[in-house]
Amino acid sequence: MANDPGERDEERAGGEGTAGDANPYLAGARAGVPFALATLVLGISFGVLTRSLGWGIVAPVVFSTIALSGSAQFAAAAVLGAGGGAPTAIVAAILLNARFGPMGVAVAPYLKGGPLRRALEGQAVVDASWALASRGGGRFDREFMIGATLPQTAAWIGGTVTGVLGEGLIGDPEQLGLDVVFPAFFLALLAGELTSNRAVIVASVAATLALVLVPFTPPGVPVITACAAALIGLGRQS
Amino acid sequence: MTGVWITIFAVALASAAIKAAGPVLVGGRDLPPRAVAVIALLAPALLAALVVTETLGEDGHLVLDERSVGVAVAGVALALRVPVLVAVALAAATTALVRTLV
Repeated sequence: MANDPGERDEERAGGEGTAGDANPYLAGARAGVPFALATLVLGISFGVLTRSLGWGIVAPVVFSTIALSGSAQFAAAAVLGAGGGAPTAIVAAILLNARFGPMGVAVAPYLKGGPLRRALEGQAVVDASWALASRGGGRFDREFMIGATLPQTAAWIGGTVTGVLGEGLIGDPEQLGLDVVFPAFFLALLAGELTSNRAVIVASVAATLALVLVPFTPPGVPVITACAAALIGLGRQS
Repeated sequence: MTGVWITIFAVALASAAIKAAGPVLVGGRDLPPRAVAVIALLAPALLAALVVTETLGEDGHLVLDERSVGVAVAGVALALRVPVLVAVALAAATTALVRTLV
């Protein structure tokens, strides 16, 4: 039940040789486009923000290209911008990215190749792609996830470039309500995951845990701690 | 600027290492059933936490602002089986509208 390679091979074989939606990479890329649009806007804001902090043009673009992690980069920039030191900024970013640890374990059985290739494929784990590629019962669609990450990666880097070069040309994304695009999308993905009473309980516990922790812990800690709600899965099946 | 570059490279390295850890350590092995049972519930836990922190969290505080109105509208729209993209657009439009009005 956990990992049925036979069935996945069958699906893949069925997808070969046909165009369009039958290609799981393309299907994933298509599913990732709406998120890429939101990411583009975030990337622009990141470029504008770091430019205003005096980072110049090269540093923000290098950061987005090699780190590829929106929330962690914003957190690091915010710490440095507020006069914090590099160690504080690095810890803040690591806390925000800590959730990718368990998420990487979850997709691990579905990735391919030796350690190096697996390490590379693991870089495709970003929130939206990971959730979009979740097939229930702990199963993941590798090709779909990688496909969904590609447009978001391009959008993040492209957005950053646009932001650092077009500083002053772009208005405040918040005025357009774009800061709710991600929570609204995540809500839609969450709705698709609430297929059992147990999932509903886990989501409620996780939301409560995160909310309780927000006032007392640094950013990132509420989300990674809330992931512990999934340990309810260790209990007997209802 | 040195601090900025140190931060950039350290964050990039740490991020890559965190994402690589699971895939490299677990490899292609099937996870034990108990681990799979937990992982099956990781998505609802993570998504629920992201929704509430991104809607209600603001610099270490919980606030009920224009974002909550927008996300609530998205919730109602999704419950009414409105397509996801429309629900998200409604959320952004509502938040923008409330911001102009308030």
